[in-house]
Order: sequence, then C-alpha cells, then structure tokens
Amino acid sequence: MNRHVPPHVAAAEAREADGLGCTDVTPIKQRGQHEVFCGLTSIIWLHRKVQDAFFLIVGSRTCAHLMQSAAGVMIFAEPRFGTAIIDDRDLSGMADMNEELDKVVARLIARRPDIRMLVLVGSCPSEVIKLDLGRAAMKLNERFAPDLRVLSYSGSGIETTFTQGEDNFLQAVIGGTPRAAPDAPRQLLIAGCLADVIEDQFTRIFHGLGIENVHFLPARHAEGVPPIGPNTTVLMAQPYLTETAKMLEKKGARVLTAPFPLGEEGTTAWLRAAADAFDVPADRFAAITDAGRERARKAVSLYRDRLAGKRVFFFPDSQMEPSLARFLSREVDAEILEVGTPYLNKNHMAPDLALLPSSVRLAEGQDVDKQIDRVRADDPDLIICGMGLGNPFEAEGRTTKWSIEFAFTPIQGYEQAGDLAELFARPLGRRDLLQVEV
Amino acid sequence: MQLTVWTYEGPPHVGAMRVATGMKGLHYVLHAPQGDTYADLLFTMIERRKARPPVTYTTFQARDLGSDTAEIFKTACKEAVERFDPQAIIVGASCTAELIQDDPGGLAKTLDLNVPVIPLELPSYQKKENWGASETFFQLVRGLAGGRTPEEKPEGAPKTCNILGPTALGFRHRDDVTEITRLLGTLGVEVNVVAPMGATPHDLTRLPNADFNVVLYPEVAGQAAQWLKRTFGQPIVSTVPMGVNATRQFVREVAELVGADPEPVIAQADERLSWYSLSIDSNYLTGKRVFIFGDATHAIAAARIAEHELGFKVCGLGTYSREFAREVRAAAKEYGIEALITDDHLEVEDAIVAAQPELVLGTQMERHIAKRLRIGCAVISAPVHVQDFPARYSPFMGFEGANVIFDSFVHPLVMGLEEHLLGMFREDFEFNDDAQASHLAALHAGAKHETIEIPEAQTAPDDKTQDVVANGSVAASFGSPSWTDDAELELKKIPFFVRGKARRNTERFAAEQGVNPITIETLYDAKAHYGR
Ligand code: SF4
Ligand code: SF4
Repeated sequence: MNRHVPPHVAAAEAREADGLGCTDVTPIKQRGQHEVFCGLTSIIWLHRKVQDAFFLIVGSRTCAHLMQSAAGVMIFAEPRFGTAIIDDRDLSGMADMNEELDKVVARLIARRPDIRMLVLVGSCPSEVIKLDLGRAAMKLNERFAPDLRVLSYSGSGIETTFTQGEDNFLQAVIGGTPRAAPDAPRQLLIAGCLADVIEDQFTRIFHGLGIENVHFLPARHAEGVPPIGPNTTVLMAQPYLTETAKMLEKKGARVLTAPFPLGEEGTTAWLRAAADAFDVPADRFAAITDAGRERARKAVSLYRDRLAGKRVFFFPDSQMEPSLARFLSREVDAEILEVGTPYLNKNHMAPDLALLPSSVRLAEGQDVDKQIDRVRADDPDLIICGMGLGNPFEAEGRTTKWSIEFAFTPIQGYEQAGDLAELFARPLGRRDLLQVEV
Repeated sequence: MQLTVWTYEGPPHVGAMRVATGMKGLHYVLHAPQGDTYADLLFTMIERRKARPPVTYTTFQARDLGSDTAEIFKTACKEAVERFDPQAIIVGASCTAELIQDDPGGLAKTLDLNVPVIPLELPSYQKKENWGASETFFQLVRGLAGGRTPEEKPEGAPKTCNILGPTALGFRHRDDVTEITRLLGTLGVEVNVVAPMGATPHDLTRLPNADFNVVLYPEVAGQAAQWLKRTFGQPIVSTVPMGVNATRQFVREVAELVGADPEPVIAQADERLSWYSLSIDSNYLTGKRVFIFGDATHAIAAARIAEHELGFKVCGLGTYSREFAREVRAAAKEYGIEALITDDHLEVEDAIVAAQPELVLGTQMERHIAKRLRIGCAVISAPVHVQDFPARYSPFMGFEGANVIFDSFVHPLVMGLEEHLLGMFREDFEFNDDAQASHLAALHAGAKHETIEIPEAQTAPDDKTQDVVANGSVAASFGSPSWTDDAELELKKIPFFVRGKARRNTERFAAEQGVNPITIETLYDAKAHYGR
C-alpha cells in the first residue's frame, strides 16, 4: 500500500519513538459556559443496556425535558426511565419528600412488575436541597428485597457531564458486589457500556484467545455482575470511568491501561493488553486477530481518501475525543487541530495521547464562546460538536458532525472500524455531493 | 412529586428562551447548570435555526456552590453584554439556580450595564413553558413600552396594528405571521410591530404607536395585550383566525375597527376548504370521530373546524394548558363531551383508546399514540418536532391556513370510495386487518391482536416493532358482555377502522338490553338500533 504520509504524521511517528506524542501538551483550561449535557443523559443508553432496570430521576421539569429532548425526541412508547418531578409542595414542606418518593416508586413498581433493578438518579435540584437518595434507596431495598434491587447515584449537571453519569452508575452497581474469594478463578472484566453486538464480537475473540471467564460491566441484567477481587483483571472499554476504575482497584482488581478499542490499531492494542495480562502466546494472538485486523484496515481504507489531510476540531462531549482523534490521525491521516474534552484523565488517556501528534491542542473543560472563536480562526474542514452548535456552524458554511453520534453508535472493535470512519466521512462526502448553498 | 415520562411543556425558562430566540438584539443570561444548555438544540435542531439562541448559561458547578455562584453570574452577565452587544438583556434562574437564591436581577443591577436589564421571576416548581413565555413577553413589553407616549399620527394615515404572540419554536408561527400580515394588508392595515418574533427591544418601545393589537397566540401574548389595552387603550382583536369561519369573523372584526368593508376581502379569498367540504366526494367525512388534544388555542379551533367545517364528530377534546382549562371546558360542552385537562400523556392515551376515534388531531405525543393504535393522525399543536417545520409554506391561520387544514385533517383518513370497497370486499386478503391504508406505515403481516395494550418498545426505537392493532376489543377487556365465537367472527368482517365503534355500540346495546352473550343477532340488532 502506498501510504501518503503528511508531515505531521511523520512528525508524530518520529516522536512515537520516545513515546511522548502529546502526553506533555498542557491543555487549555478556560472557565466559561460549558455546552455539554449533564450525566442524566447517559441513561439514554444505560436503560437500553440493562434490560430489567428502571432509572427514576428525582429532579425538575428541566430534567424531564432534557431527557425527552436528548433521547431522540419521543420515540419510545414507554422507556425504562422517568422523572419524579419535585414541585412546590415538596419544597415548601407541605409534602414529605420521602413519602412522595415512596408513592411514586410504589406506582412505578405496580405498573412495571418486570423491573428487577430500580435506580434512583440524583439531579441538581435533589442535590442542592440535599435529598438523601442513598438513604431512600436503602430503605426501599429493605422493603423490596430480594425481588427488586434499589441503587442510587448522581447524574446531576453540577457534578457530572454526559458520560460521567455512567461512571457514577457503575460505581453504584459494583459498590454492593461481594469480594471474590481469594482462590476464585481469574476473570476478565470489560468496563464500560458497549453495544450488545460488540460485546458478542469481543467475547468470541477472548474465547479464541483462551480467556474464558469474561464479564461485562454493566451487565445486561441486574444480576449479571460477578464478585470482584484480586482475581479480576479490568480492561476499560470506555475512557470516562475514572471513579469506577478507582473503585475496582480498591476491590483488589488490576486495571489495565491501553488505547481504547477504536479502529484497527486501537482495538489491537486494547486486545493485546488483555492478552499480555493473560499470557496469551503471540502466535495465538495473531491467529485470532489477524483476520479482523485485515478486515478493519480494508474497511477503513475506503474512507481514507476523503479524510486524509482534513483538519478536524473536536468540541468536548463524551471524553472519547482523544481516542477518536487518535484514530483519525493514525488510521486515516487526518490533521487534528483541537481535542476538547470535558475532563482529561491523563492516566487512562496516556496510551492514546502518546499516539497523537504533539501539534494537537488539548482543551479540558470549556468556555464555549472562546472555543467558537478558535474554530473561526482555525477554519477546520470538519467540526465534531454538540447538537446545539451543529446547525449554526453549518449555516456559516462549515461542515460538522454531532458528537453524540459517537456515543450512540456501535464504533468499537474491528468490525465497526469502517463504520467509525464512515461517520466522519459522511458529512464531508455530503458537502461534495450537494450543489446547494446557504 | 409527579411521575413523568414525557412532558408537553418544558420548564418556564424554556418559554423565556422561545421569546428571546424569536427576537433580535435581546440576550438572556440564565443562571443554570451545564446540562440545561440542552435547550439550545430545540432551536438549532428542531427548528433548524441558523444561529445559537441568544442565551448565556452560567453553568455553575457543585464546587462553586456556597462560594462564588453570584460572582460567576456577574462575570457571565458582563461578558455576555460585551460580546453580544444587545439592546437589552433579560436575566433569570433555572430550577437549580432558583434554589440557591442568587437573585440574578439584583446582581445584574449592581453591574451598571449600559443596557436595560429586565429581571424574570419564573417559578420553575410551579409553572411551565407557556406561562414562562407569556410572563417573559409581558415583562419585556411592560419594561420597554411602559411610560412611552404613542406618536401622533397625521390625519388619514393608514391604520396600523401589532401582531402579538409568535415565538421561536412555535407551531407554524412563521407562516401564520406571513399569512395574517397579508390578510391585514388587504384591509388596508399596516403592521406596526410583530412581536416577539422578529422584534428588537427597540421595536417593543414602538408598540404603543399601533391602533390595535392582533393576538394570534393568547398563550403567549394574552397577558401583554391586556396590559397594552389598559395602558394605551389599544383594542384587542381576539378572534384567532383559524378555519374559514373564524378567519371571516377576524376580517369583520378588523374591518369594523378600522372602518373598512370586509365583504370584498371575504368574497375574493382564495379559500377552498368550503367547496372541498361541500363537494360530493367529501360525503364520507360525515360523522368521522375525531379526538383532539393540544394547546388550548389550537385544540379549540381544530374542534370547531372539525365539527362545523368538515362535518366530523368531535369525540374527545382536551388540553395540557391548565391556564386555559375554562375555555376548553366550555368548548367541549358544545360538542356534548367532557374536556380532558391533563399533562399526563398516559391519561391522554387512555382517553383515546376509550373514545375510539377514526382520526386524532394532537401534538407529536398523540401522533405516536395514534401510530401505535393505527389511527390516522395530524399534528395541530406544539410540542413540536422537526417535521412541524415544513420547508413549504403551510400556515394554519387565514384562508390559506384553512386550505392547509383541509388537507392535513383529511389526508390521514381512508378515502371515500376506498372505504366502500373495504366494506364490500372485507374478506380480501389485502384489505384485512393487517393491510393498512397505503399512506400509513406497513406493519407485519399476519399479526393478530385481540386487545389494545400499551406496549413497551423493548427491542428497537421503531414503530415497526409495535405490533398493535386497533381492532377495538378494549371494551371487552373492561368486563362487558362476552361474545359468542360466531359473533366475534362476524365482527371481524367489519373493516378495522369502524370495528371499534361497532363493538362499542353492540356492547352498550347488549348491556342496555340485558343481553349476554352477544350473538350475531345482537350485533345486527345493535347496528339497526344505532345506524352507522
Ligand atoms: S443540569 Fe441539572 S437541572 Fe439541568 S437537566 Fe441536568 S440534572 Fe437536571
Ligand atoms: S391511502 Fe392514498 S388515497 Fe388514501 S388517503 Fe392515503 S394517500 Fe390518500
């Protein structure tokens, strides 16, 4: 293959020799308006993933409205989430909020007897008024165990952005799991929500590698999380699980760091981290992954022409931005201008950052107006941004992609590498296709 | 505490955003956490607006609480004025900031900004979106037009009016304004200011110059118009020109105010609803049962049009606007029914199932309900969806609005001769329960369902997975008389879209006559008793 190597890629490859990449780049940190979802929004995929769970937000009309606006606007007849809306009577003390919550829960359980896990989700209002959902969950647990397990966590916007909601949820899930016996057999725990189809693909690969004991967090059912202890090796499938990883470590688990499984390179490095931890011989690793690698490379190559040399700007959204940028930079030779992320975990991100060119501007947190100024100064070919910003940029004649699509689309693993490239390529292709102007 | 899955209205600050985003030269500084910025997407995605809403959110975090959230507000406010250079700003709190009681209005006053600051008090735990829009518009009008004196006008100058009520994210507001402006022009009336949509704060100071006010959306502008009337003596044209008759009445009302002759305008109207409705082809529309739910203005108008201009039968009427419950109750009474006043969509769903309509006119929420129940549906009111901002010109008001309404209320129904053929050849395999009118989404063939149930979309976010057929045996599940197998089979030969009615009538008849079980005889006895 005749690989076109733009200067910045060459530079990055040179730096790779000492393994630094943009590890040392100091991120821009500006305090201004954050234009990101709050942690409640991760319920949109969590409630689909955990099939016997119901997520009950205890919040305001704003929280309910956010959920319906972000959740693809009123598609589901009756999703497994809802909002207990705090009103005046609750706040003025005319109604006892805990009693009110009990009533809502009783109604809900009567309506949905199939629910095995009820998750109380805290919001900004519930936190500001210091409503103790942990205690509420405990009391409900006493009442409904063992038919129903009740958990709580915070998805509030004053504590969490978007994907951090999942981080908090997973801590709640594993908080109560028993410690594995010292002689328990070794197990691999994949942490972070993945599409079912991707879980199945990875399971086949791990089995092929001889790693039989594989679990996913979150599991598809309330009862699916195994005891965790020193027998547990954790491979992070998502980059936003800072606190979950800490908790797993506290339980004695070993957490691996690797590039995240996006693209051929990322997926291979990610799988290899597990293979190395489980002492899988190199020839076996090759035998199991070579075909997938080849397919992924081929699928991605279909979009390389469209993406190579394109200058890309990432707004902060899901914390997946550094990994997505690494994929674009390394596998389709795009040029990365800015990688915004709501929070940069330098540990978990180290392997990805090391593969990014040092020319990349990192930005942690946000001042959206200043970031928009930078976009206008940079004039990128492609902007990855939130849903509130997309059309205004398009109206300026810029090409955009909704960042939320990367959280909502199966993109991890070999078989999805082409889909991932296609997501980036589509808006560019569309611009080429259209003979209309604003 | 109320359990909610979907809501008809957002919080009141979203109403304020609809006003601010509709306007030009106004900026809204909203004390709110980061997640609340989702509201931007309503405007840029659903309405496909080309600019971000003119809103700065302070996005304070937990670590700021108790120390410097007030400082954060002040900084945001100052920077917003510098960056966006607005003619005026509105300031307020969302639900979370309301709890921390920073008093945005008071804080903004301390900043010595060189623009008017209008503080908003929108109680998030009591009120909702439309109330918020109304209150915001009222405060803006009072704050900016208050204390002005109307300009003297030269003798014989053309009469002018303001058009009040249209906002961003409003159902068909864009085209309604165009249509009504044109209509007013035919009466020789010039439009002074359209507000909030398209107006600047400066324009609001000119409101008192108009001779009268036209209120298109009382939910938003009723309060402000009342104030203008009290303060400047501007009369209000309160007929909402939706449908042929209301539009004619509107024309007459305006003509009377300005001393013009309405009849030429009415005679020359390019209005086709009347003739289309009178044409023989429309016979089949007679008595079609229609269920209506939406904001009060649109629901009341839709009911009037359905019943008096299309010859439908209104079998359900309701609203989520509690502020207008009285008006909707009064309207429902005219049709001999009880109004449904609720903001719980599950209650609306139950009411639709019970009413067994052949057509649903509602919001996006009812569209989804109707789709699941396989009933035709047209959207007549906010809350809106990207589809409610069609590329083509499609007002709901004025004479062209009546034309649009004819099309949108009638097209979801099975056509006249089509319906007869379905009756004649009801055993035809393509006409059976699982064959749907060609414009409705295809469903799985072969699915037979006995009861309407409210399904959960377990598998995929797609209507195709909803195997629910409105074959109308709901009454049976409520413990009504039982059916013999023969009678049940005979019932199935009746086309699905009238079967629900047939079943309901038969069961009512059987209950009244004390017949149990229901036989084929009972079925036809009931048919003879009630007629079609
Ligand atoms: S930011 Fe807070 S108040 Fe706003 S939707 Fe999220 S949890 Fe609710
Ligand atoms: S099925 Fe065809 S003919 Fe009948 S109403 Fe729909 S579009 Fe018109």
